[in-house]
Amino acid sequence: MKMNPWRVTLRVIAILLILVILIGPLVGVVLWSFAERWYWPSPIPQDFGLRFWKQVFSQGRVLDSILLSLTIAIITVGFSLALAIPAAYGFARYRIPLERILLVLFLMPQAFPQLPIFINLASTFSKIGLGGNMWGIILAHTMASLVFSVWIVTATFKAIPVELEQVARNLGASRFRTFLTITLPLAVPGLIASSIFVFLWSMGEFTAAFFIGAPFIQTATVLMYTASMGYNLQIASAIAILLIIPSIIFMVIIERYLKAEYIAGLGG
Amino acid sequence: MVVLETRNLKKYYGKVHALDDVSIDVEEGELLAVIGPSGSGKTTFLRSIAGFVKLDAGSIKLHGRDITNLPPEKRNVAMFFQNYALWPHMNVFDNVAYGLKLRKLPKDEIEERVHKILKLLDIEDLVNRKPNQLSGGQQQRVALARAIVVEPELLLLDEPLSNLDAKIRMRIRFEIKALQKRLNLATIYVTHDQEEALSIADKIAIMHLGKVLQVGKPEEVYRNPANFFVADFIGTNSVIIVHGKDGKVQIGNRTFNLPAGSKYARIVVRSDEVTISSEEPKEEKGLTISGKIMGRLYMGSKYRYEIEIEESNDPLFVNSQNIYDVGSEVYVIIPDGSFFVYEV
Ligand SMILES: Nc1ncnc2c1ncn2[C@@H]1O[C@H](COP(=O)(O)OP(=O)(O)O)[C@@H](O)[C@H]1O
Ligand SMILES: [Mg+2]
Repeated sequence: MKMNPWRVTLRVIAILLILVILIGPLVGVVLWSFAERWYWPSPIPQDFGLRFWKQVFSQGRVLDSILLSLTIAIITVGFSLALAIPAAYGFARYRIPLERILLVLFLMPQAFPQLPIFINLASTFSKIGLGGNMWGIILAHTMASLVFSVWIVTATFKAIPVELEQVARNLGASRFRTFLTITLPLAVPGLIASSIFVFLWSMGEFTAAFFIGAPFIQTATVLMYTASMGYNLQIASAIAILLIIPSIIFMVIIERYLKAEYIAGLGG
Repeated sequence: MVVLETRNLKKYYGKVHALDDVSIDVEEGELLAVIGPSGSGKTTFLRSIAGFVKLDAGSIKLHGRDITNLPPEKRNVAMFFQNYALWPHMNVFDNVAYGLKLRKLPKDEIEERVHKILKLLDIEDLVNRKPNQLSGGQQQRVALARAIVVEPELLLLDEPLSNLDAKIRMRIRFEIKALQKRLNLATIYVTHDQEEALSIADKIAIMHLGKVLQVGKPEEVYRNPANFFVADFIGTNSVIIVHGKDGKVQIGNRTFNLPAGSKYARIVVRSDEVTISSEEPKEEKGLTISGKIMGRLYMGSKYRYEIEIEESNDPLFVNSQNIYDVGSEVYVIIPDGSFFVYEV
């Protein structure tokens, strides 16, 4: 197969451009985390060093904040799935009165500017003892992320042919048993996609974490914010890099389950 | 002994009468074929027996037990779905063993029964494959195995051959029949192919617009159709419309009386059962129509003739093994029992 050299060039340029857009900011972050001295207008730092990385690891609050973010994200994923699975199954399989309105209701927390919503939520939470508390943030994250999980999981259930469930019932399985042995296993790819989404969203969420948690507890994003506000870009960059690690691990685990073969099997 | 008794089943979808007062029985070891054009209510009938359609009226009994309002899992009928509905996340063994595991049988008995049924259907070597690694014919067998391995009281087959190639369809038709007889399994076999139904059924029910038009042995419905629809739907036929005059319809050597108010008659002719002759027959039995051959199609084992007749605007289509020239004048001799006259 011969290719037009112009098209090859164009393609290479396009790929490079995409790489720059994707990787560019990351390179900056990595450079910053190792920069001991970096004055404008030098394109690279004047002095490299591990001073800030040492600081990050010696100061408990950085690791603590990352751990807090992880804990919040994982519990949020759990809550979000636990609520989304039954709701989505209902939406996918039964005629629910006011179905559209209910689905839109889930959209609400994402449909308005986040700031006023979370500030409101924060003042309510502080009245009922959920302010400055991990569970307050988890609750807010769960509510806000339900829109992703309910919509994604509903689409997943809808894509599973009803006949696959009916055969199981026909052979003697109860509703619940059918759901456990047929519907749920077939929905795994969708549940995983939804989990990734919610996990990453929670890890990166700032507004709710700030207004509900601060100043008593600080998630990684909040700490990053305060660090960069104090012109400590190195610490903020180091946290950013550390934050990427759990996300990558999460993605790799997920990718193993999202084998092409498994998805192809769904076509049945 | 009666296995299944359905009485006055009714199901409406808005204005559509999917089931309109359906009452059919199935006897022990019997294969009932339900036929009818698409949309006549065949699938709805099967699904109501399996418990997936909530009836508006009527009752269903299985071995004398009223199952009308039982959930699907409590009915002990096994249904074969038109699109197979194999579970993509399980291999062939797990698909087939599913119903047995629910019955809490010991592990080695499950294995024994699954292997026995797979062997019976000649798919033993596929036991570890996933459904997406199987051909259409193999999937069809696995779905069949999964349904019969649980030894249901009644087997429901919804167009089991419709997704297969014409070639293997014929062979599997007889395999299913042999298997059903061997297991002595009461079966309802839904199809829209009348020839398939005639060839394997012990009893045929013809459905149209949610109604059962006739139930009977294949020979019975073929020889004594209850009405025009049945006569036309079953067999290879040619239909001609003949207009009446003075309360009578005259065609060839015969005259039929029209009841008051009728304007014309529809005559259904079994195309394969006629004789074509270039000389006028002496015998007065049957129906003899004279006409002119307008066209001839070679069909392999026979020729198909289009014959223009004086009495009707519709051409008569008949089959014969003998060859006649286009344009020649011939007599079509139709024996009694091979044509049916319906006044309209
Ligand atoms: N779930 C449903 N909702 C509305 N109409 C339906 C439904 N199921 C079947 N019907 C209608 O009932 C009639 C009978 O359908 P069906 O039993 O599938 O016929 P067949 O299997 O003989 O082709 C058709 O007119 C069909 O459109
Ligand atoms: Mg059908």
